[in-house]
Amino acid sequence: MKSFDYVRPATIAEAIAAATAPGASYLAAGTNLLDLMKGGVARPDRLVDVTRVKGLDRTEKLPDGSVRIGALVRNADLAYNNEFASAYPAVAEALLSGASAQLRNAATVGGNLLQRTRCAYFYDPASACNKRQPGSGCDARGGENRTHAILGWSEACIATNPSDFCVPLVALDAVVEIEGRNGRREVALEALHRLPASTPERDTVLEPGDLIVAVRLPPAAQGFAGNSRYLKVRDRTSYAFALVSAAAALRIERGAIKDARLALGGVAAKPWRAREAETMLVGARADNATFAQVAVAALGAAKPSGDNAFKIELARRTIVRALTLAAAGTPERLPALPASPFSPAAGVIQHA
Amino acid sequence: MPSIRLTLNGERRDVEVDDPRVTLLDLLRERLHLTGTKKGCDRGQCGACTVLVDGRRINSCLALAMSCDGADVLTIEGVARGDVLDPVQAAFVAHDALQCGFCTPGQIMSAIGLIREGQAGDDPERVREAMSGNLCRCGAYAGIVDAVLEAQKSVNATDQRRSA
Repeated sequence: MKSFDYVRPATIAEAIAAATAPGASYLAAGTNLLDLMKGGVARPDRLVDVTRVKGLDRTEKLPDGSVRIGALVRNADLAYNNEFASAYPAVAEALLSGASAQLRNAATVGGNLLQRTRCAYFYDPASACNKRQPGSGCDARGGENRTHAILGWSEACIATNPSDFCVPLVALDAVVEIEGRNGRREVALEALHRLPASTPERDTVLEPGDLIVAVRLPPAAQGFAGNSRYLKVRDRTSYAFALVSAAAALRIERGAIKDARLALGGVAAKPWRAREAETMLVGARADNATFAQVAVAALGAAKPSGDNAFKIELARRTIVRALTLAAAGTPERLPALPASPFSPAAGVIQHA
Repeated sequence: MPSIRLTLNGERRDVEVDDPRVTLLDLLRERLHLTGTKKGCDRGQCGACTVLVDGRRINSCLALAMSCDGADVLTIEGVARGDVLDPVQAAFVAHDALQCGFCTPGQIMSAIGLIREGQAGDDPERVREAMSGNLCRCGAYAGIVDAVLEAQKSVNATDQRRSA
């Protein structure tokens, strides 16, 4: 690992001042960054450890009915916060479907949003990668790419965003609070991550020194608590990144859908909101025919970036299953295998 | 030279950190010679380096020592009381929950963390899921799950006696 300076500011202002310098990087739990540094993928000159910055580790309800999650709240603490999990069950299910218990105990909310892609070529400094080294090319295009993007990719980059947490958050209109050199601003989570186009080295719209301080869910996000699920299809049932995942949230009255949210993970360089499908769902019957129709629409623009055409059909089926599960109602308790398509209950039909 | 303060297995320690690149795992093994905590993958994937920091299980290979300033760290060396094994250690012995033993300190620290978290209950599927961050290449998983379930029962029974 390349050498670096280590600073540990106590306030947001000190943190921003320390992190604005070229080569500086924020450090929270380090569960992704230290791994990248050990592999020589990230080579910061200075780490600004924000874990002691005061006031960023609380989850609080605001008077207008929204919830504000501090950037330093640990993934496990948020998922096991009963009040939060019952109001936003798909978010809790997504969190618990990611990584391992040890990593969730350490990893933070802000860090989860800013984790880098798990594309193997990005992780291998001997490979060409436009995201790691702009202009070097993309070895993933002609390489092992069955897990890569099917939406929003470019010739320069076919990597996917690996976050589970971001998928239900983007479906529920989460807003990211950012402090930077010019004060505080807010960005919709949907607009935080960038599609690669010709500049895949920029994952997000953040500027040097920008610090995510909180994520907010608006009041309407609670309205889906009774019919929300996250479903994640992966090569292993536990401790694996998504091939494809879907967050589905519905408001149903007398069999008809009053409001719908749908987002996909593992398909693009950002959590993918399926707005056209949402529009089609509103007013329709909550049944298999509807779900199959909107799944086709949600993947309308999809195209394979390599040996991953199967992910398009997989994503359609994942959408149908996630919507079916959401329509059936949020379970009282999260299943033993959160977000898994494998139900441990005997006699449950496994195919949507 | 910068130093950090730790409570390490119950003992207050001031420890010099000569390089900010030192992870908690390397500090324990190479500087403090507590080699019970194992280095497997060194990338947060195998769980062999699991320790408790402020009562929570984490991968010590992915934590900088400097970031742990002021923390309470419990390693496998601090688990038994003299010759009396921790209930999790005893259950691993009773259930033959190991073969080569390399992953065992991490498995035991992870199981202690799991029991403290109190989320798995007596469901073997939930225990398997909650232990998925600890790999065992000998494949002793069946014994590990049995050991965790039994240890949890005995820890909870002791806690109930204490609070009665």
